[in-house]
Amino acid sequence: MLTAILVMVVLAVTVGLVLGWSAVRFKVEGNPLAEKIDAILPQTQCGQCGFPGCRPYAEAIAKGEADINQCPPGGEEGIKKLAELLGVEPKPLDEAHGAPKPKSVAFIDEQLCIGCTLCIQACPVDAISGAAKQMHTIIAAECTGCELCVAPCPVDCIAMVPIAEDLPHWKWKYPVIELKRVA
Amino acid sequence: MSRKLFKFKGGVHLSEHKAESNARPLHAAPLPGKLVIPLRQHIGNPAKPVVEVGERVLKGQMIGAADGYISAAVHASSSGIVTAIGPAAVPHISGLPDLCITIETDGRDEWIAHAPLDYQAMAAADLRMKLRDMGIAGLGGAVFPSAVKLDPGAAHSCPTLIINGGECEPWITCDDMLMRNRAGEILQGVAVMRHLLGSTEILVGIEDNKPEAIAAMQAAAQSLDFAVEVVAVPAIYPAGGAKQMIETLTGKQVPSGKLSTDIGIQVFNVGTAYALACAVHHGEPLISRLVTVTGHVLRPQNFEVLIGTPMHTLITLAGERDDSTGALMGGPMMGMPMPDLEVPVVKATNCILVKSNALFPPLPKALPCIRCTRCADVCPAELQPQELFRFAKTGDFGRAQEYHLFDCIECGCCSYVCPSHIPLVDFYRYAKSEIWAREKEKRAADLARERHEFREFRLAREKKEKAEKLAAKAQAARTQAGLDQAKRAELPAAPAPELATAPSDADAKKALIAAALARAQAKKAEVAPKNTDHLLPATQREIEEIEARRAKIHELARQPLESEEKKP
Amino acid sequence: MPSPFILDRSSVTQVMAWVLAALLPGVAAYVWLFGPGILVTLALATVTALAAEAAMLKARGYPAKPFLTDLSAIVTAWLLALSLPALAPWWLIVTGTLFAIVVAKHLYGGLGQNIFNPAMVGYAVLIVSFPVQMTQWSGPLALTETPLTLAQSATVIFGGDVPKTTLDAVTMATPLDALRTGLLQQLTVDEIMTQPIFSQFGGVGFEWLAAAFLLGGLLLWALRIISWQVPLAFLAGIWLAAGFLHFFDAGRFGAPWFHLFAPSVMLGAFFIATDPVSGATTPRGKLIFGFGAGLLTIIIRTWGGYPDGVAFAILLMNLSVPLIDQYTQPRVYGTSGRGKEPPA
Repeated sequence: MLTAILVMVVLAVTVGLVLGWSAVRFKVEGNPLAEKIDAILPQTQCGQCGFPGCRPYAEAIAKGEADINQCPPGGEEGIKKLAELLGVEPKPLDEAHGAPKPKSVAFIDEQLCIGCTLCIQACPVDAISGAAKQMHTIIAAECTGCELCVAPCPVDCIAMVPIAEDLPHWKWKYPVIELKRVA
Repeated sequence: MSRKLFKFKGGVHLSEHKAESNARPLHAAPLPGKLVIPLRQHIGNPAKPVVEVGERVLKGQMIGAADGYISAAVHASSSGIVTAIGPAAVPHISGLPDLCITIETDGRDEWIAHAPLDYQAMAAADLRMKLRDMGIAGLGGAVFPSAVKLDPGAAHSCPTLIINGGECEPWITCDDMLMRNRAGEILQGVAVMRHLLGSTEILVGIEDNKPEAIAAMQAAAQSLDFAVEVVAVPAIYPAGGAKQMIETLTGKQVPSGKLSTDIGIQVFNVGTAYALACAVHHGEPLISRLVTVTGHVLRPQNFEVLIGTPMHTLITLAGERDDSTGALMGGPMMGMPMPDLEVPVVKATNCILVKSNALFPPLPKALPCIRCTRCADVCPAELQPQELFRFAKTGDFGRAQEYHLFDCIECGCCSYVCPSHIPLVDFYRYAKSEIWAREKEKRAADLARERHEFREFRLAREKKEKAEKLAAKAQAARTQAGLDQAKRAELPAAPAPELATAPSDADAKKALIAAALARAQAKKAEVAPKNTDHLLPATQREIEEIEARRAKIHELARQPLESEEKKP
Repeated sequence: MPSPFILDRSSVTQVMAWVLAALLPGVAAYVWLFGPGILVTLALATVTALAAEAAMLKARGYPAKPFLTDLSAIVTAWLLALSLPALAPWWLIVTGTLFAIVVAKHLYGGLGQNIFNPAMVGYAVLIVSFPVQMTQWSGPLALTETPLTLAQSATVIFGGDVPKTTLDAVTMATPLDALRTGLLQQLTVDEIMTQPIFSQFGGVGFEWLAAAFLLGGLLLWALRIISWQVPLAFLAGIWLAAGFLHFFDAGRFGAPWFHLFAPSVMLGAFFIATDPVSGATTPRGKLIFGFGAGLLTIIIRTWGGYPDGVAFAILLMNLSVPLIDQYTQPRVYGTSGRGKEPPA
């Protein structure tokens, strides 16, 4: 009886020591969790999640302060990836934070723009060029489609234009092979 | 024929269907009334239009300039008036329009001034630029700008030059006809390639099912001042693939993810060599090519066609038949179905294959994969197609890449032999384009992250600078105040400085915005209702009523909001 | 629908039809050497398999026609039937076939999705559950005085009344059973081999049945429906393992030829281990798969609880297929090393 207990204790201590040593020795110097989460987020910086940008949201998720289903631009796929990373069940997008929309870019009607710079201040990625009393314009390649510039515009001259499919952006579709009866 | 040949792995034997179209002589297709010339005919950046609508252009005049290193120019294939520059239907499976220049031809077919190039006297870089501006691109199907491929790069020379006359796809005979009829010119083009690449060994690989072409090329090679070895290679699909041709002739494999030039080999299609000869010896840019029109037509044959000619014109020339089920650009293994037949012939158009249910019966329904690995047996890229299919189907793109998805050449052998009739290549195309799209998305996200982080940094910096400025000002004010203290007794109290001005600044800004707002609204009002100028009184009344209702609704909608705002 | 627009004439139906055709020499030899009873078993298994397949397709919402005409259910039925004793009772045949089609095939996702060979799953379930009934082999005609007619066989199979003496006269232990029982009785191999059931190579009649399966298998190989790797490695595994043991103690271990010319080995090597769905797919993987199955067969025959080990050996190797495939990826065009490389 005593031997058995002793053996178990010695075994437990040895295993514990080995595990402890390897935890120190083989420690993975990697991205902290927030960075990995941030890498999955779409970087739209739209704030629909309730945080001022993707990074703060990533940090909140990492700390367990925010749920994974608050990012409409990331969509179902983003949630799935986050769930996989964090080892939790994916859940449907929280509609309170908005619905996913087709990817768009902002477009300024230059006839109407008064050059107030309010949109420039709102843009999270500095994708609007212009100066006070000068007409503003969107740098389409850098626009994330966050819509943050739409609300501040006093003359409603900014519209969101969905990105149309053209040849360079055309994708092969998933091949349809029907095995199952449709009805 | 002493050369030792090598066998590449896989491949399939297909029924050739070459005799249908190579029995009739080569004809030049007549000048069409309208030419539609896409600006994106090659790999790389599309050409930039350099003409304007209404402008008269001459045959061979550059109408789109090369944009960047990997690009090529496009030219007017005949003289006429530019009637449109804008999106038009192009030969692409998606059916999406692309930027094209439309020319109404005047029937005079008037050439722009052109002269042969003294290529031996030119600097290599200048010659390559010239070729880029003459629109020379690979005519074997990939349409890669030839000027780029003719640059031996850091190696300064490319010892082996292979001219690909494989043409392994069934039905297509344009390269065969070119070699039979223009062997001398092809070899003149080869001489230019040899000059630019510094090649010492020149091989022409032709499938052994084209004895006339082999004979013609061998005869033409006799009269050259350098050695060209014309080699008959076994006819097995896809022997005409560049990588397969290299392996057959040299026994070497192009390393995965690298170019053939990395192992000292460059490959050109015979058509490209011919186009190069025309450019150098006649100063003619690439404005025409040979096109096989075959399949379900009355007289399958080859035409010399101006780039931009509508495909339907050629089908009519070859004798259109009833019950066709559309046309392919290319052969039955790798060709693309055309969304409509009015699309123009482009540099990549080697064949227009008209389908019918008799020649190409609809494919049977697919069954599940039974992992029989026949696809792996025939895959010339030595891949495991059944595994790639599994990964592509389930969206496991990472694993698909690990299993070398991007080494797939989309030759279609796997789909051809699949007993379950699974459109395997389709799955690989889908997976590849999905991976590219994701990479693009990721790059965009990285850019956005970087810009956002920089903005945060900039805002913090500005805030800090502002604070510092304020502090400095306050400091200055304090010292000033210290100095002033002495004079306090003498002077009356000074007005409070900054505190007063700051809000008035903001007020002024607000006023400015308000003024601009008013202006813009006036402008908006002016701009918007164009169709309300001349109206019948009844309509006018109706509009007024609607306007009144709308105002009321507006009012109603606004009230609760405002009251809510006022509450706390 | 994009390219390619032409197809080879092959189809799943064609592949399966050739497999069935290649089994015919074996069936013919079976009838010739052991009497017509096997035909009843084959028919019953076929009908059961088709019915089960149709019912499962309907339940899973798949169209019946393309999957019933692919003949894969019949192949499963025949392979199972040919593994069963010729006079096995009808309910044994039905249970085995149902298990093979319903559980081993459709519950795993149907055609192309099953991890295990369905016929072998059916066999394994039967031999574990009904070991006694699985020994009702009808002996070779050469050793029976009054062989059963087709009608008599049917009566036996369907549980009809047949004089016990008649039945006892025709059923006898298979050579593998005889060897096993003999060894348990502390007899040496040479002593056992003097029993009438044994002949030059294997068992009387059994060796020719094995040869007929071999013939059919070679036909499949000639048609490139199966690759050479699996059968060759399987037979090599058997021969080497049996030869190794026989070399060290010929008294306790059967000769390699004897092991090789058991009908189950030839059937397993050419028709069951070559099942593409549940087998390895890479060339080297196929070699490992076949060799492993051969080795395990001899190990189970020698030390296991059952007289034959082909079914269990193949099922065990089926289990390891994903692992084998992953570690035997062949070299890809233009890459240097074997196996896969990390993505660029």
